[in-house]
Amino acid sequence: MRTTRTPRAPSRSRPPDPELGPSRADLPPQRILQRNDAPDDHEEIAITGSDPAHSPGGLPSAGTATAAVELRGITKRFPGVVANHDIDITVERGTVHALMGENGAGKSTLMKILYGMQKPDEGTIAINGELVEFSTPADAIARGIGMVHQHFMLADNLTVTENVVLGGEQLYGIGAKAKAKIKEISDQYGLGVRPDVLVEDLGVADRQRVEILKVLYRGAKILILDEPTAVLVPQEVDALFDNLRDLKAEGVTVIFISHKLHEVLSVADAISVIRRGTTVGDADPHTVTARQLAEMMVGAELPSPETRESTVTADEMLRVEGLRIAKPDAEGIERVVLDDISLTIHKGEILGIAGVEGNGQAELVEAIMGMLPLDAGAVTLDGEDLTPKLTRARREAGIGYIPEDRHRHGLLLEAPLWENRILGHVSESPNSKGFLLDPAGARRDTQRIVEEYDVRTPGIEVTAASLSGGNQQKLIIGREMSHDPKLLIAAHPTRGVDVGAQAQIWEQIRSAQREGLAVLLISADLDELIGLSDTIRVIYRGRLVADADPATVTAEDLGTAMTGAARGHIESDADALAEAQAIAAEGTEAAGDAGDGPTAAASDEPTDTADDPQAGE
Amino acid sequence: MTSPNPAAKRSLRERFDGERILLGLAAPVLAVLLSAVICGVLLAISGKNPFDAFQVMWDYGTASDGQVLTLNRTTTYYIAGCAAAFGFRMNLFNIGVDGQYKLGALFAAYVGSQVDLPAVLQIPLLLVTAMLIGGMWASIAGLLKVYRGVSEVISTIMLNAIATAVVGLLLVPGIFAPGNGGGSSNAIQTAPISQSSHFFAIPTAGGDLYGFLFIAIVIGVAFQFTLSRTKFGFDLRATGRSETAAKASGVNVKRMVITSMVVSGAIAGLIGLPELMQHSYYFGQSIQPGLGFIGISVALLGRNTPIGIAFSALLFAFLDVAGTRLPLRGDFPQEIVAVMQGTIVICVVVAYELVRRYGLKRQQQKVGAELAAQAAAAAKKEVSA
Repeated sequence: MRTTRTPRAPSRSRPPDPELGPSRADLPPQRILQRNDAPDDHEEIAITGSDPAHSPGGLPSAGTATAAVELRGITKRFPGVVANHDIDITVERGTVHALMGENGAGKSTLMKILYGMQKPDEGTIAINGELVEFSTPADAIARGIGMVHQHFMLADNLTVTENVVLGGEQLYGIGAKAKAKIKEISDQYGLGVRPDVLVEDLGVADRQRVEILKVLYRGAKILILDEPTAVLVPQEVDALFDNLRDLKAEGVTVIFISHKLHEVLSVADAISVIRRGTTVGDADPHTVTARQLAEMMVGAELPSPETRESTVTADEMLRVEGLRIAKPDAEGIERVVLDDISLTIHKGEILGIAGVEGNGQAELVEAIMGMLPLDAGAVTLDGEDLTPKLTRARREAGIGYIPEDRHRHGLLLEAPLWENRILGHVSESPNSKGFLLDPAGARRDTQRIVEEYDVRTPGIEVTAASLSGGNQQKLIIGREMSHDPKLLIAAHPTRGVDVGAQAQIWEQIRSAQREGLAVLLISADLDELIGLSDTIRVIYRGRLVADADPATVTAEDLGTAMTGAARGHIESDADALAEAQAIAAEGTEAAGDAGDGPTAAASDEPTDTADDPQAGE
Repeated sequence: MTSPNPAAKRSLRERFDGERILLGLAAPVLAVLLSAVICGVLLAISGKNPFDAFQVMWDYGTASDGQVLTLNRTTTYYIAGCAAAFGFRMNLFNIGVDGQYKLGALFAAYVGSQVDLPAVLQIPLLLVTAMLIGGMWASIAGLLKVYRGVSEVISTIMLNAIATAVVGLLLVPGIFAPGNGGGSSNAIQTAPISQSSHFFAIPTAGGDLYGFLFIAIVIGVAFQFTLSRTKFGFDLRATGRSETAAKASGVNVKRMVITSMVVSGAIAGLIGLPELMQHSYYFGQSIQPGLGFIGISVALLGRNTPIGIAFSALLFAFLDVAGTRLPLRGDFPQEIVAVMQGTIVICVVVAYELVRRYGLKRQQQKVGAELAAQAAAAAKKEVSA
């Protein structure tokens, strides 16, 4: 499994493999050290010299055009932790530059530094060739840098114009002039923003465009987008990418933070990868594969995808019939949030629920967990009627629960890990005996979970809040799996989790599935849904409106159904499927096999892809 | 990723604990010192020598009669603190301790005056009566919260006012107070409780030490045991830390609210009993008011833990007892003690929050640093290998 190594100028950012002595010599020592955690066969990642965002170490680029942003040797230490270490990134003007890295790799800190929210301890920032120092975001804005945060910062009860003008009143006033300017920007970059609409009437994608416009209105020429696609469905992502291309054509520089590999590959002109707080390499999106990128981010070879044989049995595990829930919304009007939901999950089956967030997924989960009272319907687990039972009894009956919001529903943040291990299973061994707790047993078992599930922590007495998101999630999964669940409800199990932990989590779910676990999977990540599920149902406005076989559907068609545009059984046409397969195959190129497995419609996500003859044995 | 070496692990744990204790102590100690300084300044401004005042208090606190008085009062304050703390541990703000203890004590006094069983039965009867009444009164707030969404803060404050009215109503001669000639004076009060209702006391050189102190200790031990060792206690703490997580984990939050409100009220019902069964032997207008609010302060200062409450109850009792000496010995205003108690509570609330945030942040950094060190060590190992 070797891909060609494109020759290139002395590699600064991507150290070659240790066997290749010569080029190793021109690396600073700490880079060598830093790279050594990667396996030996790690050199075959295609890094090309064609990457324009590239200049030999330390010096400002001597190329024809000055770079829009040059970060050199950025180091940021927080007491006890080095968040960024010797980061070098060059962003060319008028390009979309993707910044990739696992959660906690230091992307956010770096962008906060660039946006003036934090000061670097070492290193320099040059904007358009000029050395600058930012002490507040206002300094950065004055230099033409704008940031669109992951969570929108818009006032719902104001119009688009009012939101854009808010805080920038001195620029073009608040009247007709401002509106004209907004129109102008909107037309110039093809944003299609309607200035007089109330923000509360806008969808997520429109809100995002308003945010972008807000930043452009303030004169930004360098745009930082923090995980902009996290909240969008595929069609909206495509629209956003069209916008980005328009922006680029108008000379705006876009820095795009993401860890979704195929998105980065499709839109970026250059890619920088950050791992453990330092730049580990730049990659050319035209030659690098998704799998190679993932490996760069994780710093280790990912587990190979395996043959997926159907483990679905004929035994019913969960049966939900005629579920209906109405509850009052914010205005106090009674709304039907779930209507006539019926589904069955068999032993060994993963049922995926696709849907735009807020269409009843959360309520469905809470209804099955017994956290919401039902207006009608029944829930049966393994022949046992759970309808009248409370949450605890349902958990004891064998429902494992990976909640959507782990901070609100899955953890006691200020409690030590071993107490978090008890949470949700207080009445079960090894956490209690009779009515008494068994702290010793819980501690022992927490230690086991920490080891088996690779929860990175210095000990089990630290609070859950001190772990990173991925490690918190691993602890939750370890806890839920430790009680031999019959049904696992996994709501966005890999949200906010880095690629390495993601692969691990998927593998854990699969191996439990092989042992007969039934899984209800809810995810906004369609690739995850298609890759993991045996059956997919689409939820729209509280109803299950469509179903699909993951082997014969593409993410795009699923996305269409999620907007309510398609109903019944959806099946993608053969061409689109083949194309998706090709993308998936590219992802597994390094593994030496083309994707033709049941999950071929899936993605670039490594474990989601197709068969690998060597694995799964 | 965890250290396979158990010794290393334990030493790490010890370090965390040591620091936690230090952090835990820092806040109350600082708060007490700060309030002493503030009161000293106040005294100095009013033209008195603060050191003399502190000397007077200290002298009385170290005298044996002062000590007995302090301990007796500590008993009452400790029970009051536990009553409030039990609710606080679940984020239930039971302001109604005041009303609960008054009603509990009134009914206990009435039962004690009407029933005359052998002491082994009589005393438990009075305890249970007081707890039942306190718990029932508190359950009103719990039920309102669960079924009507009424904030327990509002309802318990109102129930306090209602409790005062109810006590007034029941103490009318002919109901709980004797019809005529019950007392030698015109004070309205219940008939004295029977001899068998008297709780044992330990005679000391400084006076009688309330045997009820042991009941207080039992309450403290049971409190600690329930919270840290039982499933119920875990559910309660989980609900206090995050109601949403507790609900998702299967805690029946509604039932927990009612249960803990009732338990808090039941403990509150006992607050008036040391005085009733060891000193006054009847319930009348002379019953000490405001014990419920002192209990809230004591619980805050004691951080809602049984040990902490013991220390803070002791401190508050000492200040109260020693404060009574101030006007007698040198014309100091006794009110300075109330000022001191107030400033302690304000300072301690601020200090705890600061320490909590600092501790959380510090641990996050520590974990980050340790993981980084582990990663570095692993990398080094690979280099050498």
